[in-house]
Amino acid sequence: MSLQMNIPQFQLPDLVARIVSHLPQWPHAMTLTAGLNAAVKMKLLPPDSLALLEEHSFLVEVLDTGGRAYFTFRDGLFRPLFTAPQAPDLSLRANLSAFLQLLARQEDPDTLFFNRQLSIEGDTELGLIVKNMLDAVEWPNLPVISGLSR
Amino acid sequence: MTREKIPQLICPAGSLPALKAAVDNGADSVYLGYKNDTNARNFAGLNFDDKAMREGIRYAQSHGRHVLMAINTFAQSGRVADWHRAIDGASDLGVNAVILADIGLLDYASRHHPNLRLHLSVQGSATSYEAVNFAQREFGVRRAVLPRVLTLAQVENVINNTTVEIEVFGFGSLCVMNEGRCWLSSYATGESPNTVGACSPAKYVKWEKTPGKMSTRLNGILIDRFDDNEPAGYPTLCKGRFEVNGETYYALEEPTSLNVLEILPEIARIGVAAIKVEGRQRSPAYVAQVTKTMRAALDALSVDNQHYHVKPAWQTDLAKVSEGSQATLGAYSRPWR
Repeated sequence: MSLQMNIPQFQLPDLVARIVSHLPQWPHAMTLTAGLNAAVKMKLLPPDSLALLEEHSFLVEVLDTGGRAYFTFRDGLFRPLFTAPQAPDLSLRANLSAFLQLLARQEDPDTLFFNRQLSIEGDTELGLIVKNMLDAVEWPNLPVISGLSR
Repeated sequence: MTREKIPQLICPAGSLPALKAAVDNGADSVYLGYKNDTNARNFAGLNFDDKAMREGIRYAQSHGRHVLMAINTFAQSGRVADWHRAIDGASDLGVNAVILADIGLLDYASRHHPNLRLHLSVQGSATSYEAVNFAQREFGVRRAVLPRVLTLAQVENVINNTTVEIEVFGFGSLCVMNEGRCWLSSYATGESPNTVGACSPAKYVKWEKTPGKMSTRLNGILIDRFDDNEPAGYPTLCKGRFEVNGETYYALEEPTSLNVLEILPEIARIGVAAIKVEGRQRSPAYVAQVTKTMRAALDALSVDNQHYHVKPAWQTDLAKVSEGSQATLGAYSRPWR
């Protein structure tokens, strides 16, 4: 159900963000949407929640890597947005470690939000839909990475 | 060393993974709700559809745990059938109990499903043994969840004067709740837990970021403003900071979590039947962390209640997931009362 490792809280050096933020950002969106679409194809994401994302624009920003992914959901698929919308309907911002902790179900988004490690801006209800949709996913068992086990 | 009855651990589940986390980490019972406004955590994308509900009940019961279904909002005019259907469904699914607040629904359930075990929800406003005994006499209620306004001595007084099992809150975000009659959310938005199943619904909430600050607005009303390094809380009126007599502070309630680890032996001694963990809106990670810690504490108590002491690691783990990152004994400890 979750990655069998303990992800520490860390922050990458400022230099990383300074460099990466000057690189093209579309590869991040391509990677992220490919991952999300794989989850859609495996029917891991509930259709009723997905329907509520239709035509909305999203930004996921990894603060300490300087990576930004803009994307939308249309006709059953997540799609990268090559032109950044002026104000995305929902923006999620955090450092890499916080995003990894969320994905591994090691930390709860409310905890990170209370502690100000996760910032949510825009349509709050949309944020809640996304959060609850990801919480409800029964991830297939992932292989245990040896050496990182608790 | 004496052995006494250890309270059951009741944990929240807003999704199937959360339910499994509760069961896997040692909850005696999980409580959950349908994906609609028949329960007081009616948030977008949260809760159980029919398929997830069946799987959740199967998972919990096959592990020897109980499933309690919260149908704890008040049936709304013209739509009472929706709530009746929820109760009929819970009975058909074979849940171990339903948690009800509305007297009309308690009456319906006791008449139509005499074998269905009934729990009186915290929203049912029972703070005295007279109220609890009324629910037992009229509807056969077997357990009552007490609001978080009573001192431990008052809880004990209720327990000493009733045969109904008493459940109290053990951990989770505190809420003004006014014993289930809070209308603060309705005042700001026209919607409240008792009517639509959600306090301060997300569609009314705006987080506004400006350099160095974050403002929280509920239906346009400024509730709070945080510096970048200040912990945040839920966007509810009761957790806001307001100007009163020239001073700006948490005038109604601090954003904080209840945590009863320190008084667990006392809670067991007075005969509390069950301890509830708040947080169906939280993620599987929270449910796993809190359930695991509470289980460890209850197990320590059951092994040797004379030498029970709170381990610093438990408090650290619970403090981390707390709203506002701080914890309190709430109303249980009111030395001045």
